[in-house]
Amino acid sequence: MSVTLREPATPTTRHGLLHGLTGEAPDPAIEAHHERWGVLRQGRVGLIDQLDASGLAGHGGAWFPVATKWRAVAQASRRGAVVVANGAEGEPASKKDAFLLAHAPHLVLDGLVAAAAALHARRAIAYVPSTHARGVERAVAERRSLDLDPIPIEVVESPDAFLAGQESAVVNALCGRRRAVPSFVGISSVREQGVGGRPTLVQNVETLAHVALVARFGAEWFRQLGTNRDPGTILLTVDRGEGPVIVEGVLGSPLPDTLGLTPQDLGSYRGVLLGGYGGGWISPEVFAKLPLTEKAARAAGTTLGAGVVALLPGRVCPLAEMADVTRYMEGQGAGQCGPCVYGLADLADAMEHLAYGGAGGLSSDRVLEVCNLVDRRGACRHPDGVARFVRTGLGAFAEEVAAHQRRGACRGTRAARVLPIGSTTAGRRLVSRA
Amino acid sequence: MSRRGLELIVDPVACDGRGVCAEMLPEHVELDRWGYPLIEGEISPPLYDNAVRAVRSCPRQALHLVERAC
Repeated sequence: MSVTLREPATPTTRHGLLHGLTGEAPDPAIEAHHERWGVLRQGRVGLIDQLDASGLAGHGGAWFPVATKWRAVAQASRRGAVVVANGAEGEPASKKDAFLLAHAPHLVLDGLVAAAAALHARRAIAYVPSTHARGVERAVAERRSLDLDPIPIEVVESPDAFLAGQESAVVNALCGRRRAVPSFVGISSVREQGVGGRPTLVQNVETLAHVALVARFGAEWFRQLGTNRDPGTILLTVDRGEGPVIVEGVLGSPLPDTLGLTPQDLGSYRGVLLGGYGGGWISPEVFAKLPLTEKAARAAGTTLGAGVVALLPGRVCPLAEMADVTRYMEGQGAGQCGPCVYGLADLADAMEHLAYGGAGGLSSDRVLEVCNLVDRRGACRHPDGVARFVRTGLGAFAEEVAAHQRRGACRGTRAARVLPIGSTTAGRRLVSRA
Repeated sequence: MSRRGLELIVDPVACDGRGVCAEMLPEHVELDRWGYPLIEGEISPPLYDNAVRAVRSCPRQALHLVERAC
């Protein structure tokens, strides 16, 4: 096959990740990808320095500086590292990684191979849900036929579980150890000892797509969008109670503007969940003034996490939504750490009592005590996330809590839930526990 | 490397709440409502020996004494 591969001329406009992904089903093929972005010449020196200058932080939820993470892996071993594109996206409310894998797999794989080249890795693995494995395998085959990459890309299916994308769970899954559950890593890290005992980079697929842009066009171009402190863009999964939509936001811009929401629109929502089921709730008033940055999200008591923004419409009961998600999160724990096992069960019981139980249920203070008891008590951050979800919700929905305690379950508890949870917990019963 | 004191940490996967640590080092360990240890991390120097004994006595080998990161 004879083809001419076009090197990318740096575009004068700074495009986002979704550039050229138009229409109902944007074309994921390599030709369309190269038409949009040109071919990435791999193995250029200085990529880690460019990533450092770009200010890129991880978009899997932790917002850890990418260059710092890569340097830690590089220092652990000059050769023989393993790099992993993490597409597990166990969070049911997040769909942006799935969108990238379906419609822009080559941007992700460009970033994965760039990481492998920069870290002199001996293995490059795409860890993706079974629903997207075939598509990614097709993309890998296209790349092989063009002889694009200096390293073969392995495709491994991730289990369908909330914790499947947690860093040490990814390593355990790839080692064939146990289920995909987290390990207690103490003060060590998979960066030093991961897959097969080798230094391992586990990087979210959206982050790798951003890496692919920095690798092509450099840090300066990358920083043309966003602010000096928060450069670049972010993929958000936005749900206004009508199903998920993927939106690319510019960091530092006002969040409501990013979503095309006016102050009048905001009046019809009861609260906003930012950062998903391990994130936190904010009031529409706080949301109205929130800039799209991790720092601002943390100051508001939550996180951008993996970019989930869920707005609760007026028809639903926030406490019922919280109760069902809390029960789901209890079930999605790995079942390894006592405080998480018992604490999340207590939190789910308490939230169900608040939402569905009769008048005169548990006080918010009692629930907050349990939140404090599970915080930072697990091998991973699962309990911390649930504690934040519950704690911030009780704050944002204090009026609803008081109303439920006075009069029992409200009419909204009978409306269909808007926050997605696994099918196992669909159609939850009304719980009344003595 | 300068010594910045010792810190007791628990491996929550290994721990199954036997409670030996709370008996041996009550100054730094109490048990929560489910029987799992709540640890006051930094160990005061006079209790170093007790802390080492607590680590050795844990039937699940879930306790670790580590040098505090500065």
